[in-house]
Amino acid sequence: MMRLPRFRYLAPRTLPELTAVLADVGPDAALLAGGTDLLPSMKRRQETPAALVGLRTVPELRARSGDAIAGLTLGATTRLCELAGDGAVTGAWPALARAASLVGSPPLRNVGTLGGNLCLDTRCTYWNQTHAWRKSIGFCLKKDGDTCWVAPGSTRCWAVSSSDTAPVLCALGAEVTLASRTGERRIPVPDLFADDGIRHLTKARGEVLAAIHLPSPRPDERSVYLKLRRREAIDFPVLGVAARVRLGSGGVVEAARIFLGGVGSRPQEATAAAAFLLGRRLTDEETVTEAARLAAQVAKPLQNTDFALGWRKGAAREYVGRALRELARPR
Amino acid sequence: MTPGDGRTGSAVGRPLRRIDARGKVTGETLFADDLSLPGMLHLKLVRASLPHARILGVETAAARGMEGVRAILTGADFLVPFGILPVSQDEHALCVGKVRFVGDPVAAVVADDELSAEEAAALVEVRYEPLATIASPEEALSTPEPRIHDYGDGGNVHKAVALDFGDVPAALAGADRVFEDLFFYQGNTHLAMEQHATLAYVDPDGLLTIASSTQTPHYLHRAAARVLGLPPARIRVLAPPQGGGFGGKTDPFNHEIVAARAALLTGRPVKIALTREEVFLCHRGRHPVLMRMRTGIDRSGRILGHSVETLLDGGAYGSYGVASTFYTGALETVTYRMDRYRFRGCRTFTNKPPCGPKRGHGTPQPRFGLEVQIDKICEQIGRDPAEWRIENATQPDTLTANWLEIRTTGLVRCLEAVVAASGWRERRGKLGRGRGLGIASSAYMCGAGLPIYFNDMPHSGVQLLLDRGGGVTAFCGSTEVGQGSDNVLALLVAEVLGLLPSDVKVVTGDTSLAPVDLGSYSSRVTLMMGNAAVDAASRARERLAAAAATRLEIPAERVGFGGGKLFDVSDPSRSIVFAQAVQLAEAAGGTVGTTGSYRPPTPKARFKGGGVGPSPAYSYSAAVVEVAVDEATGVVRVVKVWIAHDIGRALNPVAVRGQVEGSVYMGLGEVLMEEQAFCRLPPRLSSALVHRGPSMLDYKSPTSLDMPAVETILVENPEPNGPFGAKEVGQGPLLPIPPAVANAVHDAVGVRVDESPVTPEKVLAALRDPSRRFGPTTFPEVPWPEPVRVAPPWEGKP
Repeated sequence: MMRLPRFRYLAPRTLPELTAVLADVGPDAALLAGGTDLLPSMKRRQETPAALVGLRTVPELRARSGDAIAGLTLGATTRLCELAGDGAVTGAWPALARAASLVGSPPLRNVGTLGGNLCLDTRCTYWNQTHAWRKSIGFCLKKDGDTCWVAPGSTRCWAVSSSDTAPVLCALGAEVTLASRTGERRIPVPDLFADDGIRHLTKARGEVLAAIHLPSPRPDERSVYLKLRRREAIDFPVLGVAARVRLGSGGVVEAARIFLGGVGSRPQEATAAAAFLLGRRLTDEETVTEAARLAAQVAKPLQNTDFALGWRKGAAREYVGRALRELARPR
Repeated sequence: MTPGDGRTGSAVGRPLRRIDARGKVTGETLFADDLSLPGMLHLKLVRASLPHARILGVETAAARGMEGVRAILTGADFLVPFGILPVSQDEHALCVGKVRFVGDPVAAVVADDELSAEEAAALVEVRYEPLATIASPEEALSTPEPRIHDYGDGGNVHKAVALDFGDVPAALAGADRVFEDLFFYQGNTHLAMEQHATLAYVDPDGLLTIASSTQTPHYLHRAAARVLGLPPARIRVLAPPQGGGFGGKTDPFNHEIVAARAALLTGRPVKIALTREEVFLCHRGRHPVLMRMRTGIDRSGRILGHSVETLLDGGAYGSYGVASTFYTGALETVTYRMDRYRFRGCRTFTNKPPCGPKRGHGTPQPRFGLEVQIDKICEQIGRDPAEWRIENATQPDTLTANWLEIRTTGLVRCLEAVVAASGWRERRGKLGRGRGLGIASSAYMCGAGLPIYFNDMPHSGVQLLLDRGGGVTAFCGSTEVGQGSDNVLALLVAEVLGLLPSDVKVVTGDTSLAPVDLGSYSSRVTLMMGNAAVDAASRARERLAAAAATRLEIPAERVGFGGGKLFDVSDPSRSIVFAQAVQLAEAAGGTVGTTGSYRPPTPKARFKGGGVGPSPAYSYSAAVVEVAVDEATGVVRVVKVWIAHDIGRALNPVAVRGQVEGSVYMGLGEVLMEEQAFCRLPPRLSSALVHRGPSMLDYKSPTSLDMPAVETILVENPEPNGPFGAKEVGQGPLLPIPPAVANAVHDAVGVRVDESPVTPEKVLAALRDPSRRFGPTTFPEVPWPEPVRVAPPWEGKP
C-alpha cells in the first residue's frame, strides 16, 4: 500500500498557540484539517512537510456565531457535512449547502472542512500523480520540473482551482479571517486566491484561515451552484457555476455576481455577463443565452482535467445558461 | 448425470445465505493483505520510468546501505522466463536486459518495514539506453524495428491468425445486401476492490508457501516451480478469498515470484501489497480492439456470410494474448445463424501494460460490433431488431459454422422476456426526443474445452471427507474470488447428501490440501467444479445409502436423503441421522472419503486454432436498455436496464442475480466511461508514455449514484452438461450491455457512436457531424497469414 512519509505531528490547543507554532516551524509545516486532500498528496509525495500542524484541537477554529439575519461566521474547521445539515445555511445560503453536499463522497464530507475546501490545492492531470509517475514524465513546473506539460513553453503553472465552495463563497460576497502571530486580517474571498497554479493562495505561510463570514442575504436575493463532472459522486468539478442575483420588481436583475470554478487557477469572475444582466430579466431566453455566452468567455479550460477541452468550453456556456434559468424559476 | 438425478431439494434453487456471507459482512474474512507473520519483511519493486529501454546498469549500493534493508534483487536473480501460456513465456520476474513499459519491475528491495523498503527503492538507480517507443497497433505494424520482443509473427506482431469457414467472399458476392462497418472498443481494466497482495514464507520443514490473491493457484504453482527451480512438491500455493478478480488475477505475477524468492533468500516471511497504481500497471485487462465487420444477408435478412477482422493492442507482454486474439472471433457464431464465417485476428506488442483477460475475455469487443451492426442492418431493411434476433437465433443441438456445439439455448426466451418486461413493442419510438431503447443479445462459454497446457487430466477435482460427527468437508483447488464458488461447492455437496450448504465445510484455494481445479477463469467453475462435486458427493451418498439400508433393513434405492437424515422413502418416519449414517458407513467400509472429477467432452472442432471457443455449454443473455440523451451536452443517462440470462438452472437465485447485476454494472462502466488510456508527451520534449490516471479518482468507473435500476430475469432451461442443469453467470451478462446502450443512444437521438466508451464528447460530435456518426474510419493493412480453411459442418467435415 502507499505509506505516508515521515513527519512530526504538532497539536496546538489554542489559536495563539497555533499561530506561534506556525511562525516557528514556518515553510516546513502543513496545516492538517480533514486531511482528505493533504494526506493522499503526501502519500503521492507531492507534499513532504517536515511537520503537520493539526487544527482539530483548536476550539477557536470550530466557533460558530451569528445567524441568517445578522450574517454567519463559521470556523474554518466546520465540516462539510455540517453545512448541509445546518438550518441557517440551507435556508439563507442554499448554494453553499449544495456545493458542500456535492464534494467527494459522504466519508470525505464527514471529515473534510470548509476551510480545507477553500484552500484546496490546485489540481492538474500532470500533478496529482505519484512520485514514480511524475518521475516518468520528468516532473513538471509545479514541483521538481521545469516544463508545464499542459502548455509547454509556458512560464506559469496552469493547475486548476477545483474547490466547490470557493466560487460560491466568492459569489455570495463572503469574507475570510486570516490569523497570524502578528494579528488578524479580514479579506473578501476572491482576494484569497491568486491566478497562479503554484502559489494559488495569497495567504502567507505563517497565516491560518480561521473563519468564514457569510453576509446576510437580502430577501430578494437568489443564489445557485451547478457542478459539472463525469460521475454523480467522488469527482472534482470540471466546471462549477456559482451565481447570485438580486431581483427587483418584475424580476429585473438589480445585482449579479457569477463565478466559475474548475476553469482557471482561481475562481473566475464573469463580470461582463453580470453587467449585461443588470436591468434585464432572467425569464428572457435571449438575455440568458447572451449572458451565458459572455460568461463562458472567462472560462479558459486547458487539457488538464477530465473531459476533452473543446467539449468543456461548450459545456461552460450550457451550464451557465442552466444556472441562470434555475435562478429565474419561481419559488 | 442427467438433470434432476440425485436431487434432494435441500439446496438447489433455494435463495439461501451464502456460506461466506457472515465473514464478508463482518469484516472477519482474511484476504491476502490481512495475513501477517512474526518477523515478516516487506517488499517493494523498483519500476521502470521509461517505456522502452535497454538496462545498462542497476546501482543498488546506496539502497543496500540503508538501515533496515535486508535484500535487494535484480533481473540477474530471475533468468528463467515465465508466462501463463506455454507459447508466450516472455516475462521475467524482474526485467532482464530491457524494460518494455513504464512500470515494468527492474529491481526489488526487501526491508524491515514497508516505508523503509519504499525509501530504499527510491535510491536504486537504473541506467537506461532509451529505445523507440510504440504506442498503438498502427505504430506496431508500421514500426517492425525495434522489436519489443524477439518472438512472435514478425516485427511487433505478436500473433496473426486467419480462419475461413466456407467461402465468405463468394457468399458476400451472392448476398442481397452487404454491410461494412468499423468499430473500436477501448481497453479498460478490472478494478477489483482488492489490490493484489502476496505473502511468501518457508516452513521449518522447508516447504515454500505462497499465499496470494490469485484466481489461478495451480498456474502460479507451475510458474513458481519453474522460475525458482524447485520441485512443485516443495511449494504450496494458497489463494485466500479475494475481493474480486474479473480476470485481473489469472496470470502468474512477477511480484508473487519475487516475494517467494525473497522469502527463500532471507528465510523470513516476505509480504508485498500492491498500490492501486501498481494494479493498473499489472493490468491484463480488456484489449483495445479495432474491428472491421462485413456481413451479407439475403432478402429475408438471414446472414449468408460474416467476416470479422480484429486488431488488438496487446501491450508489452504475451499474457493470455494468443487466446484473447482467437476469442475476438471464436464466439461470433454462437448467437445467430450464419452460413459462412471468416475471421482474421492480429495482436500487436506496444510499450504499455500488458492486456489479457477481463470478464468476457476477448468477446465483448466483437460482440459490441456485431450487435451494433445488426441494429444498423435492421434499420436499413426495416426490421424490428428484437424480432430479427428472435427469428435468427441459433437452435439447440446444432453446430455453428466454426464447429462449436450448442446444446441448450435460452436465447429466444431471453429476448422475449426483455421485450415483454421493457414494453419494447409498445414503447419503442414513442418515448419522445432524447429518449430511446436499445436491444442486444449475447452468448458465453461455461469453461474452456481445453486446458491452458496440454494434458489428459481432469480440469477439476473434489475430495470429500465425512467425519463421525456428521461433518462434511469438501476439498477443491477452486478459488473464491467473491463470485461465490465456495458456496456452489458447499451447496452441490449439500444437495446430494440432503444437507444445508452451511453444513458443509470447504477447503479451497490450496495446492497442497486440495485436488487441482484449474482456476476461477473462463466461467468454468460452476460447471466443472460443480460436476466434480456432484461426482464425489454421489459416491459418498452411495456408501451412506448402503449403510443406512442395512440398518433400516430396506433396499438402498429406498433410502432418501433430506433434513440431515437418511430415511425410508416409503415410510419417512423410519430414519437415522446423518452422523449415524457416516458412522455405520465407516464401520462397514473404513474411512468415508470420496473423490470426484470432471473433464469436458472432446470438442468437435479438429483444426488448428479450434481449441479456443469449444465449451461444454453456452449461456445466453439479452438486454434492453433505456437511455436519456442530453442533446445540448451529449451526456447519456441510463434510465433502466432489463436483462434476461439463460442460467440453465439457478443453483442459488440470489447469488445468480448478484452476478448479473455486477455484470451490468461493469458493462455500463465500459460503455459509458472507463478507459485504460495513455498519455504520450510531445516527442520533441519527452519519450514519456504513461497511464493517464492510474487511480480510482481518475479512472472513471460508475459510482452507486450512477447506477440505474436493473430488472433481472432468470431463464431456466436445464443444461445436460451442467451440474443439476446449471450454466455460467459470471461473465455472460456483461456482454449485451455495451451494444444495447449504443443502440439505445441511436434510438434516442439518431446518431451512431461506433466505439466505446460512448462519452458526451463523442455523442455531441456525432450530433454535429453530417454523417451522424462517431467512430473509426480506417483499418490498417495487416499481413494476414495464409488462412486455415475449414468447411462449415453443413458443407463438409472439419
